[in-house]
Amino acid sequence: MDMVNIKINGMDYSVKAGSTILEAAHEVGIDIPTLCYLKDINAIGACRICVVEVKGAKSLVAACVYPVNEGMEIFTHSPKVLKSRKMTLELILSTHERKCLSCVRGGDCELQRLCKEFGVEDEGRFDGENQHYEIDDSAVHMFRNDNKCILCRRCIAVCDKYQDVAVIGANERGFKTHVGCAFDKDLADVSCVSCGQCITVCPTGAIAEKDETDKVWEALADETKHVVFHTAPSIRVTLGEAFGMPVGTNVKGKMVAAIRRLGADKVFDTDFSADLTIMEEANEFIERVQNGGTLPLITSCSPGWIKYCEHKFPEMIPNLSSCKSPQQMFGAVIKTYYAEKNGIDPKDIFVVAVMPCTAKKFEAGRDDQAAAGVPDTDVAITTRELARMIKRAGLKFAELPDEEFDNPLGESSGAGAIFGATGGVMEAALRTAVETLTGKELEKLEFTEVRGTAGVKEATYNVAGMDVNVAVASGLKNAHALLDKVKSGEKQYHFIEIMACPGGCVNGGGQPVQPASVRNFVDLRGKRAAALYEEDANLPVRKSHENPMIKKIYEEYFEKPGSHKAHEILHTSYVARNRY
Amino acid sequence: MANKKTKLPFKGTKEQEEQLRSFIRALPDKDSAVITVLQKAQEIYGYLPEEVQLIVADELGVSPAEVYGVSTFYSQFSLNPKGENKISVCLGTACYVKGSGDIFNKLVEKLGIQGGECTPDGKFSLEACRCIGACGLAPVLTVNDDVYGRLTVDDVDSILAKY
Repeated sequence: MDMVNIKINGMDYSVKAGSTILEAAHEVGIDIPTLCYLKDINAIGACRICVVEVKGAKSLVAACVYPVNEGMEIFTHSPKVLKSRKMTLELILSTHERKCLSCVRGGDCELQRLCKEFGVEDEGRFDGENQHYEIDDSAVHMFRNDNKCILCRRCIAVCDKYQDVAVIGANERGFKTHVGCAFDKDLADVSCVSCGQCITVCPTGAIAEKDETDKVWEALADETKHVVFHTAPSIRVTLGEAFGMPVGTNVKGKMVAAIRRLGADKVFDTDFSADLTIMEEANEFIERVQNGGTLPLITSCSPGWIKYCEHKFPEMIPNLSSCKSPQQMFGAVIKTYYAEKNGIDPKDIFVVAVMPCTAKKFEAGRDDQAAAGVPDTDVAITTRELARMIKRAGLKFAELPDEEFDNPLGESSGAGAIFGATGGVMEAALRTAVETLTGKELEKLEFTEVRGTAGVKEATYNVAGMDVNVAVASGLKNAHALLDKVKSGEKQYHFIEIMACPGGCVNGGGQPVQPASVRNFVDLRGKRAAALYEEDANLPVRKSHENPMIKKIYEEYFEKPGSHKAHEILHTSYVARNRY
Repeated sequence: MANKKTKLPFKGTKEQEEQLRSFIRALPDKDSAVITVLQKAQEIYGYLPEEVQLIVADELGVSPAEVYGVSTFYSQFSLNPKGENKISVCLGTACYVKGSGDIFNKLVEKLGIQGGECTPDGKFSLEACRCIGACGLAPVLTVNDDVYGRLTVDDVDSILAKY
């Protein structure tokens, strides 16, 4: 590796050639603050918070985009640098709606933190006439408040470069510049897929999910309601971050204990319905292969991907699996099978889905998602909202005991657990489909080719004499590229897994927000996913079709995968939507 | 946000659309062509309504958000058509100190539109301009090619009545 010798604050260092000043400084233990910069997403050098002094340079330079050179002398906290950063913060504050006490991001706002670090004393120093923007709360899953926007453009970049959705941009110019949709339309009227990636990159409270915890508190307080929580696979490996735990900590036991202490009647595991999804989807795949059905079959677990497909690839709707997502299957099972078994009127059951995802809020309100005549899911809350509830209830999360999910619907397999990582659904489906087709037990359960955080992965497996081509994409830009190849005939696949968010649900739009200072240097997706694969490896049952409760529910209720009853309760339909 | 959407219905023709689409298809390089294409589109249609910006996005394979970002950034682009009668109020120094700001505001009030916009009936469009070289007549406004000078706010009604 090529190295260059540089001086930072008078000390000699040898750092990687080609790295930016920001990266080089981080390597040697100096964190330079950033606002607009986000690794792999946004490097525009616009906000000027990361400025440093370089000997010989005419003016301060932006460390996030300025590369190091041999012999360079850098000063990261000279008086000139500190004065400039403070002034920049004061100027940003002059147009920032400073309602910090009631702000959803109060306490974990990147702007707030920097103001404190740089000793901004007079937040109104440059106050003057201001633009006032109406809050866009038209979308089901989130709101935008441009009055709190600092124009860092991270949301625009993630929406375009990662997700290929590109429904927001910087409109107008100068003092009137604001982030908005084309023609300043409401978010609900454009092809936003509800993925929520913009929320997780926003440094302030300008974008946030619609908090629905009040509905949950209300149901918990209502004695006539039987409140059932179920938590998605990835929640257990991210919730801890909201309580200061290291990225990739599995807090399953404490999470269950916390929800029970909030007052839930039952705490179940969405992993169970992930297993159920696999049963239905593997069966759908086998049927399509054997009966000449539409191929490739594409997974339907990710509602952000589904909405994207409906907007941008309506011609591929027949390729989508008709399976409801695990969230919706769970709700449907609770309000049919579970309600019947326990003699509870489905109307009196309140299902709270804890999800890594804001698109799940949209999904819960979709048509054809009400197996018992009432919505399958009553409320879908994000990991962040659950953390908020736990904090509001005053539960000392780190000190909670480890508890088990309730039964019977808390039983799950390792196959269900890995749903939360890109490639997990594919691997889980393969474990079941291969054993079903060959009638033989797999010697090795790991399908390592579809693991890892690469945007697109592909593999070919010989199953019962047939070559099965599979592909996995996460991040909608990657999905777009993959589907273009499928449409052009360049690639022929039998089965494709697509997750809207890069890295899958572990990096979902509903996950705890990590500031740029963490995102720029920590592999969030990799660490969170590793915790899920570890959970899978340690579970006694690792195949969906061997989950005892799955066997039981087919014996007692659904008869077999793809049965008439399964179709009525566990499957759904899709609609073509406007391209823009 | 004065330069936002027009309230007037879109009256573009098939020929105009074909002209724009073939211009874009003939471009040697579609990357970074948004400004060039918007200039051509404005030349064809006279302004850039939503429908036209969507054609641009579609042909260039960029998002409508990107096109709108560009069209609202540059003052050379108008998202509103010009009216049958184009009113232009001089807000240059001499006219301004003689009270042309009040005249402009009176027109905003009477016509119910902001600067850069066109009335819903398409009859008047309003804009501010800088010096037209008639400072001796300040404050000055023009309607099409007619020049009106030494104005007071009370003259606005009678001028509008002529059109």
